[in-house]
Amino acid sequence: MSEQDASGQVTGAQSLIKSLEAAGVEDIFGIPGGAILPAYDPLYDSTIRHILVRHEQAAGHAAQGYAAASGKVGVCMATSGPGATNLVTPLADAHMDSVPMVAITGQVGASMIGTDAFQEADIRGITMPITKHNFLVTDPAEIPQRVAEAFHIASTGRPGPVLVDVAKSALQSMTTFRWPTELHLPGYRPVTRPHGKQIREAAKLILEARKPVLYVGGGVIRAGASRELAALAEFTGMPVVTTLMARGAFPDSHPQHLGMPGMHGTVAAVAGLQKSDLIISLGARFDDRVTGNLDSFAPGAKIIHADIDPAEIGKNRAVDVPIVGDCREVLADLLAALRAEAEQGNQGDYEGWVAFLAGVKRKYPLGYEAAADGLAPQYVLERLGAIAGPESIYCAGVGQHQMWATHFVKYENPNTWINSGGLGTMGFSVPAAMGAKVAMPDHTVWSIDGDGCFQMTNQELVTCAINNIPIKVAIINNESLGMVRQWQTLFYNSRYSNTDLHSKRIPDFVKLADAMGCVGLACESPTEVDATIEKAMEINDAPVVIDFRVNRDAMVWPMVAAGTSNDDIKYARDLAPDFDDVEL
Amino acid sequence: MTTHTLSVLVENKPGVLARIAGLFSRRGFNIDSLAVGPTEHGDISRMTIVVNVDESPLEQVTKQLNKLVEVIKIVDLDQSASISKELLLVKVRADAETRGQVLDAAQIFKAKVVDVAVDALTIQVTGNADKLTDFLKVMETFGIRELVQSGVVAIGRGSRSITERSLRPVAVPAPPPAAG
Repeated sequence: MSEQDASGQVTGAQSLIKSLEAAGVEDIFGIPGGAILPAYDPLYDSTIRHILVRHEQAAGHAAQGYAAASGKVGVCMATSGPGATNLVTPLADAHMDSVPMVAITGQVGASMIGTDAFQEADIRGITMPITKHNFLVTDPAEIPQRVAEAFHIASTGRPGPVLVDVAKSALQSMTTFRWPTELHLPGYRPVTRPHGKQIREAAKLILEARKPVLYVGGGVIRAGASRELAALAEFTGMPVVTTLMARGAFPDSHPQHLGMPGMHGTVAAVAGLQKSDLIISLGARFDDRVTGNLDSFAPGAKIIHADIDPAEIGKNRAVDVPIVGDCREVLADLLAALRAEAEQGNQGDYEGWVAFLAGVKRKYPLGYEAAADGLAPQYVLERLGAIAGPESIYCAGVGQHQMWATHFVKYENPNTWINSGGLGTMGFSVPAAMGAKVAMPDHTVWSIDGDGCFQMTNQELVTCAINNIPIKVAIINNESLGMVRQWQTLFYNSRYSNTDLHSKRIPDFVKLADAMGCVGLACESPTEVDATIEKAMEINDAPVVIDFRVNRDAMVWPMVAAGTSNDDIKYARDLAPDFDDVEL
Repeated sequence: MTTHTLSVLVENKPGVLARIAGLFSRRGFNIDSLAVGPTEHGDISRMTIVVNVDESPLEQVTKQLNKLVEVIKIVDLDQSASISKELLLVKVRADAETRGQVLDAAQIFKAKVVDVAVDALTIQVTGNADKLTDFLKVMETFGIRELVQSGVVAIGRGSRSITERSLRPVAVPAPPPAAG
């Protein structure tokens, strides 16, 4: 980039780009516009790769996918006003799912702020409740400090999105660039080291319990604690459930793994929480989609709740042993404490409980009925997982296809399952897959999308095609807003109000893919599934889109209806599991 | 439900009040009273927030407040070990006939007349909420034309300071510059 002049002066814009370089940024997803324009000039000469997306929402989701796949901070950039407001959904999404992300937005010149100037929006005010923190910078001298703080806040403690809004006047003024050596954030001191006394209390409860379960949430993924989790689980023999945000934190092939709990969880995972006498929650937050009706959730269970965010502990469910800390350190310390106890001859006895859950798992495995005619969506995902394998990265949208993808693709590694869990953002998949592929170019990245979701953000396939980002997209096309349709079937007397998308007729996804510079394939029979996926796996010089034209009446099971108790889980329509048959 | 007086030390930066007000409204907590002002440290402001909540929501609101990057410290002031005051200015109807009675009543409450008009007196009174309520009850008999009341400000008794220890700046190393 053009260097500072003899007096050591640079523009605010140069200072911003130098700051991003100093923070270690390698890739940015964004779109220029009036207020951010000065920053794009030094960016032109920078080592940073900027990927010009087609909509700012996609820049945000791409930054999320990038961060979720690699663990690095994802970065997106947009101009003021509409550019910035288009980032609102991804920021809210990243806030809910604790994704480390920094958004840089242009703002109108400092003297124009508050005058309803062209393309002015109070993006700092708008994003206050949906960011971990945000800044408005009007003084160019502050730029390096604020950027350094933004990256520190986004990536430490409970990760989250940070927005830095920079006034155009600050970008255009002259300043000096000095990357800070220290940050002064007197109110920001995340606790990562768990308290020894709490660890000892937790170890005591674990030894006393007869029916314990490890309730693993997204915090274990963000902490990079999969190895520590496996060590603790295997040392104690305790069963494990992984939430939607934690799929891949513990291998699906592991015999202690009961699968995903919650509204669409496996019977074994739901029973594992519901009938336990001790829940060890690790980086999870007792979300309503996991607990169902809170008052009747796991009535016999004591709770150990470990989280890096103290505000999550006791928020929804009263806690017996709270542990504030990073999941990786919590798991390591717990293992050390339990090892020490074992040397004294103290070990937990979970034999009966493990046998009971093994029985439930055997009796109520994940399954589906093959469609009488046409293609079962579950079969597509089962085959996709088997052929693409556990080293691939899978990014889902939101709805039925997301639930089938979480169950029927088998996950063995952390950071290989990326989805919008908390906010439930339809349209997340394609841009998130684009971001994941940029971060992890050597991995195969699959976007598993619904036909509804796909039509919200598919324009980014153009970005992928032009920038050589060869993602693969599996559209699970049931020509409906499938999850809403499923609820209409179950709770609204099959009155399908506004859920029919007609997407087997319009658009023609194969032609659409072709028009966007991608390879388009279609598949509507079970006999073609393997060959179609294999063909897509062979194409690595362009994005591929497969239109899987599936049976529209397939439903997601098991299911705990919203607001009801986990005790009322249905294995299939009108079919409740019978636990009495399984000996405890 | 019980009344709690929270002393919140915050960085004196633009937007902090909006952040805190937004947090209360989003999480569904009602603020009874709020007062903001400077402290003995130029870069620190102090908010006194009075809330009426149960114990467990109070814990949640405190934890959520603590998550705000610009919030430095929160102290739930024990009412028996702290002093809290609010200020009231009230315009009371007072003509030649009633003026004497109004002044007598004001004196009992150690209130101060700060403005005089032909048919009204403006009175300033400080104290806790109970005292102000009692004072207003008496003034109502004469007729209240207008009143304005500040939020509560409160401080712990004794020599200890809540600002002293918490304000030592914590320096965190900045992210290292990227290689190359």
